[in-house]
Amino acid sequence: MAAGVDAGKATESVRVVGITKRFPGVVANHDVSFAVTAGTIHAIVGENGAGKSTLMKILYGVQKPDEGQIEVNGKPVTLSTPADAIAQGIGMVFQHFQLADNLTVTENIVLGAEKLHGIGAAARAEILRISQAYGFGLDPDELVESLGVGERQRVEILKVLYRGARIIILDEPTAVLVPQEVDALFANLRELKAQGNTLLFISHKLDEVRAVADAITVIRRGTTVDTVTPASVTSRQLAELMVGSELPSPSTEESTVTDRVLLQLRDIEVLDAAGRPELSGIDLTLHAGEVLGIAGVEGNGQTELVEAIIGMRKASRGTVTLGAEDITTWSTGRRRELGIGVIPEDRHRHGLLLDSPLWENRILGHQTRPPSVRGPWIDRSGARADAARIIAEYDVRTPGIDTSARALSGGNQQKFIVGREMSGDPQLLIAAHPTRGVDVGAQAAIWDHIRAARRDGLAVLLISADLDELIGLSDSIKVILRGRFVGDFDPHTVTPEQLGSAMTGAGSD
Amino acid sequence: MAQRPTNLARRAGLGLIAPALALVIAAALSSLLLVSTGDDVGGFWTTLTTKPENRNIVNILNYGLVLYLSGIAAAIGFRMNLFNIGVEGQYRIGAFVAAVVAGEAWLPGKANIVLAVLAAMVAAGLWAGIAGLLRVTRGVSEVISTIMLNAIAGLLVGYFVQKVGVSTGVSRSTKAIPEESWVGGIKLFDGVPTQLFGLALLAPVVGVVYYVVLNKTRFGFNLRASGASETAAVASGVDVKRMIIVSMVFSGVIAGLIGMPTLFGSAHNYGSSFQTGIGFAGIAVALLGRNHPIGIAFAALVFSFLQDRAGLLNILAGISPEIVAVTQGIIVLAVVIAYEIVRRYRANLERAHVAQQVEEVRA
Repeated sequence: MAAGVDAGKATESVRVVGITKRFPGVVANHDVSFAVTAGTIHAIVGENGAGKSTLMKILYGVQKPDEGQIEVNGKPVTLSTPADAIAQGIGMVFQHFQLADNLTVTENIVLGAEKLHGIGAAARAEILRISQAYGFGLDPDELVESLGVGERQRVEILKVLYRGARIIILDEPTAVLVPQEVDALFANLRELKAQGNTLLFISHKLDEVRAVADAITVIRRGTTVDTVTPASVTSRQLAELMVGSELPSPSTEESTVTDRVLLQLRDIEVLDAAGRPELSGIDLTLHAGEVLGIAGVEGNGQTELVEAIIGMRKASRGTVTLGAEDITTWSTGRRRELGIGVIPEDRHRHGLLLDSPLWENRILGHQTRPPSVRGPWIDRSGARADAARIIAEYDVRTPGIDTSARALSGGNQQKFIVGREMSGDPQLLIAAHPTRGVDVGAQAAIWDHIRAARRDGLAVLLISADLDELIGLSDSIKVILRGRFVGDFDPHTVTPEQLGSAMTGAGSD
Repeated sequence: MAQRPTNLARRAGLGLIAPALALVIAAALSSLLLVSTGDDVGGFWTTLTTKPENRNIVNILNYGLVLYLSGIAAAIGFRMNLFNIGVEGQYRIGAFVAAVVAGEAWLPGKANIVLAVLAAMVAAGLWAGIAGLLRVTRGVSEVISTIMLNAIAGLLVGYFVQKVGVSTGVSRSTKAIPEESWVGGIKLFDGVPTQLFGLALLAPVVGVVYYVVLNKTRFGFNLRASGASETAAVASGVDVKRMIIVSMVFSGVIAGLIGMPTLFGSAHNYGSSFQTGIGFAGIAVALLGRNHPIGIAFAALVFSFLQDRAGLLNILAGISPEIVAVTQGIIVLAVVIAYEIVRRYRANLERAHVAQQVEEVRA
């Protein structure tokens, strides 16, 4: 299956061998190897957090690898800055456009590349030439603010072509597009390929990848798993490669599911800033002692679901009930006081004050509850004692409670968060990707804690992209796709194929 | 935990290195500037290192305590990641309102003082609240809105002084505060007519309240959490929008106190000669003092000392007193850079320390 790697060297645009990149406490990439044939569209797929972004930053010279080699057109290169990458003919189109709205297309493109063709008629002519050559249909004199999303993306692509790129990296280019725009983008990409450019296409949308790529490299947990051709795999097989198919036997523990309903969502709808639905028609019932797993490819509404439950986002329709209380209109603070513990998806942004000591982090999210506060006062000794208890009970490896959260490794930060969120008698635990980016030891410990919580009668909502985790821990599994639940599965009988199909919307085949 | 004391000592040491470094850099650059303009560097240093006269010590303390209030007002915003550039405008609004209230003397004697001070706090707090409200409802950056509010405050106060003020011969000012509502000075040295402003004692009180509220209360924790990570604060249930308005108002309330010592201690009315620029100096003082109540006190004294010496420089060494403003500016720039360097160094040090300890546990 590793055909791409062994192909003749002369036709390879990019070859990456044994790339390893470490950050303190985390290995973002290890032993990443793949080769991209010149004049093809090569897709890199993997879950968020699998290490795609780090790899792309390395290829574009934003970060330097600790080990490994990069070859461009058969020659080893060192890419220390984006300027080096551009000099090698590598260009990058970022997911978040980097355009100035109040400038014209021409002005945006020449900005920073004034030396190539000046800023006048010559530049304009060159832009027009490229636009026509690839069928972009851009007007060089139009203001960017009047362009649609698809057109802006073409401006970004034109920008890298203008700078002489022949190898173009596109970071999740379809994430911001509606289906018709995706089709248009793919037509542009095929045209670019036909004229001899090489495209590196990063995505986690498998159907899109299969539609446009000539070869697909899969990354999981920081390393390249395989390189395949779209013809040789199904979406299901690709999903398995992405999330891991080694399925453990589902939890043999006896069911602790009670018939006491704890969390109930009825017909929840959440809209984004532009008024498009991010969640619609969400119905969900979670009982005490039950672990409900939410499976889905990232970006299909999982984040919004969590935020709707804890009140960070207001539902435009529907009700949220916890126990006997209708909490639809409650603030996040009140909901958390009622007993909702949250292991957030992004622990650095939502779970920790990185520069504060651990004992102050113990207070976060529990500002109104003992032992960390007494009335309007912070209970310093109470918080310190309880932080020490968490460190001992949850095996957080740290010199002490005065260490700042930032200094801890990802796994230890996560264990501390789990311990904190299990404090203060929660009724509901929301665990979003609880073992992402943590080492194997911490992973097993966190799984044990979730099982223990279930035994204690907590209701647990488990959101994960890891099928092993979902099947091993859940009492039932729902699949979310484009903001809707599209299937219910019993983890004891479900096969990864079934889950994979439902997650990617591949239908019932 | 045998290494804990040394650890603490190292932390404290690192904390002091940054401001010390900033002062050294500022001293070096200022000297360099004087050399390049052919000024008397020796005279500059002699003037700065001579022990001030008793009279000057009182002046330094008076101005330092006022600066301290201004520094605390700015620091409240900074802890919340709000850049309240509007301390200047808030303090002028506060001083004007207090002067009018005290001048009207609706209440007798000391009650008049209390009423006027409260009025200053409320007026300045509300004025600052406008910026908070704009930020929360319309997303207007508080930096922009407070700068604009400063200009508006200056013009507004000027207009009302003309409108409700009385003529003092050369210019107009608010009605003079009746003598029974003056706040007497505190005598520090025998035979020195200059006295410490009575209301300057508000400064240490405010410092203690600032420290206690910020570090010991739930409100203070929420404020610091919002400043450290807005996203984490929101996820933990803090109503960040409310916190923005509240902390802006509190910042303004303290800014309202800045003008009080001078108003009741020496000026006794508000007119065009009332001292300006204290609000801007407070921002620099808060930066140099790292938003810490003790640090701000130290910073306020340094700035006040330099300010006092500025006049002497001209007389004794023939150096333009503006050199002091340059030195203060360099201190602020240097301190921002020095703190960032020390912060990174400390974070790396701690990370290495943790990694090493965890390795030892495993071994």
